[in-house]
Amino acid sequence: MAAAQAVSSGRRHFRSLEFTLGILFAGGMSLAVLLSPFLFPDGGESMDLMARLVPPFQKAAHILGTDPLGRDMLARVVVGGKISLTVGLLSMLGAMTIGTLVGLAAGYYRGIAEILLMRFADIQLALPFILVAIMFLAILGTGVDKVIFFMIVAQWVQYARLVRGSVLALREREFIQSARAIGVGNGRIIFTHILPNVLGPIVILMTLNVANNILLESSLTFIGLGVDPLIPSWGGMLADGRTYLQTAWWVSVFPGLAIMFTVLGLNLLGDWLRDLLDPTGQTGK
Amino acid sequence: MSEHTAKIGSANEPLLSVRSLSVEFRTDQGAFRAVKDVSFDVQPGKTLAVVGESGSGKSVTSLAIMRLTDYTGGRIAGGEVLFRPKGGEAIDLVKASDDTLRGIRGKDIAMIFQEPMTSLNPVFTIGNQIGETLALHEGLNTRDSRLRAKELLQKVRLPDADKLLDRYPHQLSGGMRQRVMIAMALACNPKLLIADEPTTALDVTIQAQILNIIRDLQQEMGTAVIFITHDMGVVAEMADDVVVMWKGDKVEQAPVREIFAAPKHPYTRALLSAVPRLGSLKGQPLPKRSPVMVMDGGEPRQVGETHVQNTANYTKPILQVDKLTTRFDVGKTFFGRVTHRVHAVEEVSFDIYPGETLALVGESGSGKSTIGRTLQQLIEPTGGTVRFDGRDMNAMSHGERRRLRQQIQYIFQDPFASLDPRHTVGYSIAEPIVVHGLIKDRKAIDKRVQELLEQVGLQPQHAKRYPHEFSGGQRQRVCIARALASDPKLIIADESVSALDVSIQAQIVNLLMELQERRGLSYLFITHDMAVVEKISHRVAVMYLGQIVEIGTRQAVFENPQHSYTRKLLSAVPIADPQRERAKTRIEGEIPSPVRPVGKEPAIHRMHEVEPGHWVALEADTMRGAA
Repeated sequence: MAAAQAVSSGRRHFRSLEFTLGILFAGGMSLAVLLSPFLFPDGGESMDLMARLVPPFQKAAHILGTDPLGRDMLARVVVGGKISLTVGLLSMLGAMTIGTLVGLAAGYYRGIAEILLMRFADIQLALPFILVAIMFLAILGTGVDKVIFFMIVAQWVQYARLVRGSVLALREREFIQSARAIGVGNGRIIFTHILPNVLGPIVILMTLNVANNILLESSLTFIGLGVDPLIPSWGGMLADGRTYLQTAWWVSVFPGLAIMFTVLGLNLLGDWLRDLLDPTGQTGK
Repeated sequence: MSEHTAKIGSANEPLLSVRSLSVEFRTDQGAFRAVKDVSFDVQPGKTLAVVGESGSGKSVTSLAIMRLTDYTGGRIAGGEVLFRPKGGEAIDLVKASDDTLRGIRGKDIAMIFQEPMTSLNPVFTIGNQIGETLALHEGLNTRDSRLRAKELLQKVRLPDADKLLDRYPHQLSGGMRQRVMIAMALACNPKLLIADEPTTALDVTIQAQILNIIRDLQQEMGTAVIFITHDMGVVAEMADDVVVMWKGDKVEQAPVREIFAAPKHPYTRALLSAVPRLGSLKGQPLPKRSPVMVMDGGEPRQVGETHVQNTANYTKPILQVDKLTTRFDVGKTFFGRVTHRVHAVEEVSFDIYPGETLALVGESGSGKSTIGRTLQQLIEPTGGTVRFDGRDMNAMSHGERRRLRQQIQYIFQDPFASLDPRHTVGYSIAEPIVVHGLIKDRKAIDKRVQELLEQVGLQPQHAKRYPHEFSGGQRQRVCIARALASDPKLIIADESVSALDVSIQAQIVNLLMELQERRGLSYLFITHDMAVVEKISHRVAVMYLGQIVEIGTRQAVFENPQHSYTRKLLSAVPIADPQRERAKTRIEGEIPSPVRPVGKEPAIHRMHEVEPGHWVALEADTMRGAA
């Protein structure tokens, strides 16, 4: 028993390291973004054409340098996080909720509903993302809400497929049979026995999904279907900076780093969450 | 054991000498020593049985001999393994180069594993897989190796060897696959065969066949065998010498008769006292609890008492099953028409009385588990009626059927798989109480859970732990506590003690019997293990291909078996007594498949009563049904 305790306290320590770093990266970034109206009241929009493309760490006023229009990079990275994080997180949460519920229902109840839902999902997966995006946003118009809505529609399928697959394997497991034998109802089986056991893969997909969504938003913006290109976002800045990669690396590197640290932080938090949810500490080890 | 005369090497020169072997595994908490300083010799042509319970290090020892522990994260921490092939110098396998080892593995030392399904590659034919070994070690060309493979399959008594060569593993039954494994192991006439629980996953009649084949081939080819097993019955049937392992140590080594007649180490004595012996209740009408020796620290301690289980009350049955039939559709045409059905259960009828244990015995595919699952409403029956407490299940409302799940509880075979790993055991035990709304108050539920844990021999504070923190036996106790939580009248125990070590098994059987006495429970005890059946049951029903072929009191069925299948089943059980003669009547034949094309229904056996309450199917009907 003493040995077992040693393991679990050792694990807890490791968990807290993941948690600390995760909060530091993802939480710090979110906090800065939330406070951006106070930190940078100009919204990173004020131009200084005399100070175009100032390299970083040269002027106290522009710690991270300036972009081709002389706008402060630090301000733009922080302000740009607003769109990126909103789109990334909200569309992930929406897709996750819908996809998980559909996956649970399809995998557990099977039958005609499963066939219809899953064939529909297959069709959707077969259509090229950008093509659908063009059609969809051309009809709906552009804007943050529409982009989020579109991404939910485009991505719930991933969750539905993943969850359904896990549920199919789980529903035949003996502890589910044994819950049924005891007289536990369907709803309770789904939410107290099946859902906790599929959370691990869902959490992993969630963290990957946020990163993907941030980049997708930028590609939509790039082809003019996303958010208003004048509003700064990480993806947009990354795309803008490409032309200057040879001469002014900082224009694209800093938004890139912002995405990287946010995603890294979210991944660490995801790992921590997954371990926390799994009392055996077996998954992913 | 004059039949096992040594044919190769001289009698005083062991074929394999294991000297002070230690094996370590790296874990998070440092090195774990799974095998500690173990030494033994294997004489040419003889069988050495290595016995022990799970975690004793017996399998690790066998892997370490071939140095296969290198591939499973283990490290040989010390000692030597001296192998003396015929006419050669002794090779220390611990120090030998990888090339030398590769030459020895499969050629001089061969191995058979427990699970024949996973040891064969599913994408190659049987012929290809045997041929591979032959090509590798003997350098045979395709045609010669095919001929040789055919010979080998005939040696392990597989019929139709020619056709079998072109089949894939999934097309064979478990017993046939294990025979193919043996054929492959023997392909190069090895000097030493290591068999790691080769029959544990098989049915008893198939097990008897495989043991026979191994014994015959050993005599014919003079192969030495290291037989790893937990089953003392198999040891008594097979071994010349026995090594007993406990927690990584060798605690005793002796010739087989001595081990059984005069065990020296307390652990060996405890182990042997726990082994159920078929025939031990001869002449006694009722099942009986008997004390078990358990190891407490390093000392054996006696638990339990002798008690005759006179709990059954034969006035009014609690459960009446009448002509229950359950079939599954398999195989459909493109248009969704069913072409084949599994006839899992065909018109089975029996009663269970309060306080009684009815054992349902049979081999895989006999439909015994399907009956249990149908009674628990996990599967819909195709026909027949089930009455619980006099009321017809078909006529029950939805709510009543749900309440039935409170009165009938189910204990599954695998105690690890049947507990949700994400919830504490306290949560799992409380679940039936919550679901059926038996107790509303949170505190009262917690108290009830603690009482239940104490009743099954666990601590109240265990409620806060997760399933993975318990050993297999403790987990099965948790499952029993969970089954008791809703205060049921009937418990269906589906192979509930089959996966447990014998000493744990004996304790759980005693616990079930004690609970039966205290609460007047009825059990439907589903199992393939005849020795356990003898210990626990009042009445026995023998199932074959979805139908009952014999039913009666335990004494009647065991002491006066009438149906040929019952007799075959009883004679196949390995008896933990090396004094008995070994060469028994040879058992042949596979268990036929219960899958039938639509329209070809199996014939229903006619039963006749040979003595009061002892019914037997007409032999002629059974033969016709199996055809």
